[in-house]
Amino acid sequence: MSVDKDTVNKIARLSRIAISDAEADKMVGELNGILAWVEQLGEVDVTGVEPMTAVIANKLRLRDDVVTDGDVREKVLANAPAREGSFFGVPKVIE
Amino acid sequence: MSEYRIQGNTGEWEVVIGLEVHAQVTSNAKLFSGASAAFGGEPNSHVSLVDAAMPGMLPVPNRECLRQAVRTGMAINAQINRWSRFDRKNYFYADLPQGYQISQLYHPIVGEGEIEVTLNEKDPDSPTKRIGIERIHVEQDAGKLMHDQHPTMSFVDLNRSGVALMEIVSRPDMSSPQEAGAYLKKLRSILRYVGSCDGNMEQGSMRADVNVSVRKPGGELGTRTETKNVNSIRFMMQAIEYEAQRQVDLIEGGGAVVQETRLFDPNKMETRSMRSKEDAHDYRYFPDPDLLPVELDDAFLEECRASLPELPDAKRKRYEEMGLTAYNAAVLTAEAETAFWFEDLLGHGVDAKQGSNWLMSELFGALNKLGKSLDESPVNPAQAAELLGLVADGTISGSIAKQVFEIMLETGQGAAAIVDERGLKQTNDTDAIEAEIAKIMAANEDKVAEYRSGKDKLFGFFVGQTMKAMQGKANPQVINDLLKKVLG
Amino acid sequence: MTDFSKLGVAAIRDGVANGEFKAVEVAEALNTRVANAKALNAFIVETPEKALEAAAAVDADRAAGKPLGKMAGVPIGMKDLFCTEGVQTTAASHILEGFVPTYESTVSANLWKAGAGMLGKLNLDQFAMGSSNETSYFGNVISPWRRNDGGNAALAPGGSSGGSSTAIAARLCPAATGTDTGGSIRQPAAFTGISGIKPTYGRCSRWGIVAFASSLDQAGPMARDVRDCAIMLEAMAGFDPKDSTSLDLPVPAWEAGLNSDLKGKRIGIPREYRLDGIDDDIAAMWDNGIAWLKDAGAEVVDVSLPHTKYALPAYYIIAPAEASSNLARYDGVRFGLRDLPEGSGLQDMYAATRAAGFGEEVRRRIMIGTYVLSAGFYDAYYTQAQKVRALIARDFEQAWASCDLILAPTAPSAAFGLGEKTSDPLSMYLNDVFAVPASLAGLPAMSVPGGLSKDGLPLGLQIIGKALDEQAVLNAGLAIEERSGFTAEAGEWW
Ligand SMILES: [Mg+2]
Ligand SMILES: [Zn+2]
Repeated sequence: MSVDKDTVNKIARLSRIAISDAEADKMVGELNGILAWVEQLGEVDVTGVEPMTAVIANKLRLRDDVVTDGDVREKVLANAPAREGSFFGVPKVIE
Repeated sequence: MSEYRIQGNTGEWEVVIGLEVHAQVTSNAKLFSGASAAFGGEPNSHVSLVDAAMPGMLPVPNRECLRQAVRTGMAINAQINRWSRFDRKNYFYADLPQGYQISQLYHPIVGEGEIEVTLNEKDPDSPTKRIGIERIHVEQDAGKLMHDQHPTMSFVDLNRSGVALMEIVSRPDMSSPQEAGAYLKKLRSILRYVGSCDGNMEQGSMRADVNVSVRKPGGELGTRTETKNVNSIRFMMQAIEYEAQRQVDLIEGGGAVVQETRLFDPNKMETRSMRSKEDAHDYRYFPDPDLLPVELDDAFLEECRASLPELPDAKRKRYEEMGLTAYNAAVLTAEAETAFWFEDLLGHGVDAKQGSNWLMSELFGALNKLGKSLDESPVNPAQAAELLGLVADGTISGSIAKQVFEIMLETGQGAAAIVDERGLKQTNDTDAIEAEIAKIMAANEDKVAEYRSGKDKLFGFFVGQTMKAMQGKANPQVINDLLKKVLG
Repeated sequence: MTDFSKLGVAAIRDGVANGEFKAVEVAEALNTRVANAKALNAFIVETPEKALEAAAAVDADRAAGKPLGKMAGVPIGMKDLFCTEGVQTTAASHILEGFVPTYESTVSANLWKAGAGMLGKLNLDQFAMGSSNETSYFGNVISPWRRNDGGNAALAPGGSSGGSSTAIAARLCPAATGTDTGGSIRQPAAFTGISGIKPTYGRCSRWGIVAFASSLDQAGPMARDVRDCAIMLEAMAGFDPKDSTSLDLPVPAWEAGLNSDLKGKRIGIPREYRLDGIDDDIAAMWDNGIAWLKDAGAEVVDVSLPHTKYALPAYYIIAPAEASSNLARYDGVRFGLRDLPEGSGLQDMYAATRAAGFGEEVRRRIMIGTYVLSAGFYDAYYTQAQKVRALIARDFEQAWASCDLILAPTAPSAAFGLGEKTSDPLSMYLNDVFAVPASLAGLPAMSVPGGLSKDGLPLGLQIIGKALDEQAVLNAGLAIEERSGFTAEAGEWW
């Protein structure tokens, strides 16, 4: 599979990364190089192999249903680029 | 179950409806953090650093949220998956701090189940239909955006961010707004019985995404639209009606239905397209690498099953076996709240038939007048049981009981106290009753003669006269016995 | 007067504990060295006051006769991927420039609790993506090492923990934290002649570490010798209920367990690591390593890890896929950079912020990750890669039937020059060919110095162990350390 410039632009949009025309051109070559290389994985016979789910044998622990956190508004908002009172501000969204 | 058809210019159209219901799981803390899941709160106060997706923050799942999903699954006879996983659904939006929602796509915790619905749950003869449930998965809620606080900005409040939701996905098994309404009502009833969701649609703890398509009867499925976040049963039925008609008009006008997400505007009673989000549908789901698979053991599943309450269908059957009418059994079990109130009443020693009749006529009537719901009732089951006990043991008559109940509602006093204070106790004083009977017989010799010559119906007249003379406080049984004796 | 720059973790800890010197003296001396080493660009932020504060607390505890922690009085460098409360944490990115966490990562908190102090936040490859420390928004880190050709070519310190490797090799600090996703502790350790261990996945909490690829990221210590690594790993590791992938196991006493007698141990030499055209220096060093381990009593056996070839391509699907999602939170809303071009809406703000805030390599990996997860490609790329990953883990499982440890080179070459590989991302990726398999399998792996190249640059030997068997890895590392006679140091040109 190889990508063209339209695909690169589409991936950039999905990734929410603005990309110039020149960058898109450059990226076509780079992505194709990397994708062509990773495609050797297709050679591997994976019949009957389950995709890895846990790196090291371990069980998911579950937390108790107890409120132990929150009420830290100042910590939550401390680094906000555009704090508006008790809120984060973002450019107006039309739904 | 219902033959709902839309009459178009080209003939009849059938509607196909599937629902994705988001139900907020009843829990203290959020799905993956220790912040409070409570409704309301100061903006951004029920938020931990995990919910705000600060760098390096990690999710740890809340056992109770998974337990509630499993119990809900069991309540709809669904397949419970001992092995499930969380996946990330990736998209960018201001109410989604991580840039992904942790959800379950590939391996949901609950698989196939079903719910039996009836168009009119109060009518035992109404036909029923089984609606398939495809799955229930657990996922995070998003935060909230406010658009009206600032001329050029929207404000973000993350209090809801990370609250646990169950997404209950039905099969496209419904074919009319009424069926969809009945399904949603029944589902809400089950959730409330189980206690896994409070079903409060106004507060948004239950909302439906409505998938609607139309087709010629028996034909191939049409393209569907998804109307998002409808937050009342009535709105949902209106949305379906509007949307189905719109699709028929569109197709018959030579157009085609576009697969898209829409919004229902309850003021205009219409659906409209949400601003098309390009690429919005490539969610790039993949297993969340911060979490291990969810593995449920026997002990966990057993506890879930053991903690399930009796569910509406089973309860209804049992009530009928207890001698209640089918109608009473249906009404009393439709909502968990009612059934629990009724059972509380029985727990205080009230007879099932007496209790159900009183609840359905007296209490419901009174609440109706007061404009109150059952959980706002000024009389609780213990107080009601006291009143009904006085009737059962002959202390007061049924008609006095009505008066006493009125006074209870007004004053909040107990039934026995009212009866005492106002001297409403029923009398068994045979001398007094006999004296009154003698007077009545003397005053109505003609009627006595008519009765004795065979006009049995007059017996009621004598009972009424005697009761009136006793100011309603005589034991009707005693009156009966005495009258029979003297009238012969 | 003691030259504190020469002392390692154990020496400082013991000297402080024995009263040979004060922790504050050590902190002052190293603060000065850090301040005078700006040319290396190893630190993004210097925190001399933090180092002094921690040292003073240790001195006070000692004076009061209180028990001292495992790292008491040891000033260290903190890779700027660990969130540190009140101290800027950037992951070497523009997008997090100025971000001051209101929380402390579990690993750094563990270290402070053990009595360590912080000299500053160390430079790294941006979001830990890179193998040469050339992707940092705050500029390249320059290795203290130079080739013996008399030239002054600036060399790569390895990556992503390049600030860490440089600071230790330049003797600015006795030890530093690293993180390893696909070799980011081991390869920079190899390039700079120091030691570093990536423990079993789950030993060190990931809570509070800026995530790159969650299923691979693992923190570990970097230091000048094996004992120091053991001490620091003990302080860093431990169960953390805030990390769902953390292992709920006690932390072994690795330092006390050190033993370089390898009698009864079988060392596997994976034949697939003998790549065609392997560098002569690397091949020779590997042979030396084999000889040293035999000398330490180990039996050496040939093993096969048949899917080795596929580890790197699998890694370059899995890591970017996870990263593309992990880095979605950098959106200019709650922290970090916001770029809001005139008149733009929310989605434009995201795109502008992320274009301006992420460096080229980060953008490239996000794009790859987005692509391999996108509709229609997920199974062909991501699922296939996770299956291959399972096979790679199985290869190791099968190898453990015939050996207890694996010995291999850490990297295919000695340090390269800055700028030599930046034009071709693939050639840079290939640098991690020997390091990545252990990362994919979550196994403990360590790099220790194995000698010098013909150019006079350090080379690293890698020891890979069974899951949870850090002790065996450390012991083999110690056996090599005792026999390699590696004492070379970078000349102090900066
Ligand atoms: Mg949905
Ligand atoms: Zn959902």
